[in-house]
Amino acid sequence: MKEKYLINARIIDPKNQIDENGGLIINEKGLIKATGKKVNSSNIPSDAEKIDLKNKILIPGLVDMRVFVGEPGFEYKENFKTLSNAALSGGVTSVVSMPNTLPVIDNVSMVDFLKRRGRDKSRINIFPAASLTKNAEGKQMSEFGLLKKKGIIAFTDGIQTIQNPQLMSRIMNFASQSQSLIMQHAEDNILAKGGLINDGEISTRLGLQGIPALAEKIIVERDLSFLDEYFCRYHISQVSSEKTVSVIRKAKAEDKIFTAGVSINNLSLNENDIGDFKTFLKLSPPLRTENDRLSLIDGINDGSIDVIVSDHKPEDEESKRLTFEQAATGAAGVETLLPLALELFHNKSIKLEKLIASMTSNPAKILQLNKGSLDEGSDADLCVLDINKSWIVKKNLLKSKSKNTPIENRTLQGQVIKTFVKGEIVFQQD
Amino acid sequence: MAIIKKLKAVKIRQNHLLGIQDLSISEVSQILEESKTFINLNKSASKKIDLLRGKTQINLFFEPSTRTQSSFELAGKRLGADVMSMNIVNSAIKKGETLIDTAMTLNAMHPDIIVVRHQNSGAPNLLSQKVNCAVINAGDGRREHPTQALLDALTIINRRGKIEGLKIAICGDILHSRVARSNIYLMNMLGAEVNVVAPKTLLPHSIEKLGVKSFTDMKKGLDNCDIVMMLRLQNERMQGSFLPSQREYYEYFGLTPDKLEVAKKDALIMHPGPMNRGVEIDTNLADDINRSVIREQVELGVAVRMACLKLFCKKN
Repeated sequence: MKEKYLINARIIDPKNQIDENGGLIINEKGLIKATGKKVNSSNIPSDAEKIDLKNKILIPGLVDMRVFVGEPGFEYKENFKTLSNAALSGGVTSVVSMPNTLPVIDNVSMVDFLKRRGRDKSRINIFPAASLTKNAEGKQMSEFGLLKKKGIIAFTDGIQTIQNPQLMSRIMNFASQSQSLIMQHAEDNILAKGGLINDGEISTRLGLQGIPALAEKIIVERDLSFLDEYFCRYHISQVSSEKTVSVIRKAKAEDKIFTAGVSINNLSLNENDIGDFKTFLKLSPPLRTENDRLSLIDGINDGSIDVIVSDHKPEDEESKRLTFEQAATGAAGVETLLPLALELFHNKSIKLEKLIASMTSNPAKILQLNKGSLDEGSDADLCVLDINKSWIVKKNLLKSKSKNTPIENRTLQGQVIKTFVKGEIVFQQD
Repeated sequence: MAIIKKLKAVKIRQNHLLGIQDLSISEVSQILEESKTFINLNKSASKKIDLLRGKTQINLFFEPSTRTQSSFELAGKRLGADVMSMNIVNSAIKKGETLIDTAMTLNAMHPDIIVVRHQNSGAPNLLSQKVNCAVINAGDGRREHPTQALLDALTIINRRGKIEGLKIAICGDILHSRVARSNIYLMNMLGAEVNVVAPKTLLPHSIEKLGVKSFTDMKKGLDNCDIVMMLRLQNERMQGSFLPSQREYYEYFGLTPDKLEVAKKDALIMHPGPMNRGVEIDTNLADDINRSVIREQVELGVAVRMACLKLFCKKN
């Protein structure tokens, strides 16, 4: 591979607090050799490849901490190849895959399968998460140490919450020994039982059983109490309500060490969008009120919430063409994560650097990955962005195998132009 | 064949009757006016006319129903339609067919009207997107039961002449009740003041935003009311414990002569049925011919459903 000189870009690298016009050099091994204003068109060797980015924005490739792949077991919903194409068209170069497959990712032999499939079929970096408990049943804890040794970077039951407090305390206690990252999907099963959408005026009007915000808050409060006794690397996968943001803000002010994420769906949509029983907006955690949405934005801005995830959950049409109660939960979103997040920049909710940090350097730091930055010597996983280009989301143009986007026909401002993985162009907008 | 008075040109904007929420006040008036014309027909010796002759009506009831299903069946037959009631218990639904597939199958038989009851809120909405005929909601989950609210309105108008300015209390299991929701929308639309009375565990979140006052003290909720609508405790929809016992419920929320005393002297008692005597209502009150209009509700239900079938079938 020839050296590549990417020039005439606005370089934003939140980890190194860089926001300047300049370029980036990719060496023969696909690593970042140099970056910033020192790289310009005046010093390009004649044998190097020159790519003029025409004043577009160059950022690290995104790290998406919550993505569901259909492999193994649900290949008809998404496979590694379709996921990879979808992710790259959205500037996402690394994903953490959820373990809720068939079978569940809960043992060492599954890890080898995933790594091999991920390597052979996809061009993105796939970092598999394993389940916290065997078969994600919430009974017997997984082999944290052995799985971590095999390359598992995080543990979560994905769509399930560890309900049993005794088990959760023991998981936190045990996992600290291997310094494993515990990611909790916070929802009390009994409080949320039968619930379909946020408990509030909309659930009353639609006649759908509600999921109270307390179901989330109670689990977060419980786990944070355990954290005092059994310190471990603890992450709340997705926060959805103002109540939980308040708990997190207070705990962080008391210097508790943990992190939290939010889905782009909860940041960009609210319960009113469900309209006339749109099953594509049946999500977990549910979309809540506009007030909750605004509090999540505040949470990003004051550091209570660290990362934004796509919560990409591909579901085939048959699983969604049902009554709201019968329909599957989740929305596809890995390829619209960044453009939809940019809405929050354009409408002045969140500053650009903060927004990008929440999808690059922050998740990388939590996951302890050498990704999500433009550090010299790191893999040249990059995303080139036209921040002003507007386009309309059409499900038929999506690359994901499942088309269950919650933002069909929404006009977005900002589009990924090019994506690089390890120095190679793996996606280019026509 | 009986002769009925011709009304002015029918203007129903909707293709389907999915809920009171979708109707305008003029559409409601149209349905109620139309219903009145059928009341006498239903009392006459020859009850059958040929308004819907040649039309096919399919009743698709996914939940057990006695009065609503038979009411719709009679209504269709009296208008001259061919009425078919699907027996869901033996149908393909039980073999795993989805609602949409069932709808497509029935649609291929070219019905003019499908009357649907389903345990999931919003099921008639989904159905209506997939078929070419009119869909009439006969109750979906806990969302809406529009024809019940319309027949309640007709019953009140029949007795009181109007709804505007009346004070109406809806008492009981509001949380699980589609009848309560449809009546809240309709009575508000027609200018009544609506109170809901229930224990807090059976009141849905933000119910006041639907335009009602909520009470947990029945005597306060019934104070000076013109109409008392009682609801059944929907035990089959309850997951877990909402109440200590039926005995305690009856003590505080059962309609008794003592509690009724605070309402207007001539307040009417209504109930959508089926009643649980001694659970939500004193058995003598339920049968009090001076106060209870429960049987009249059933009678006018047929007229309201005839009107709905006529008005919505016409659209296609």
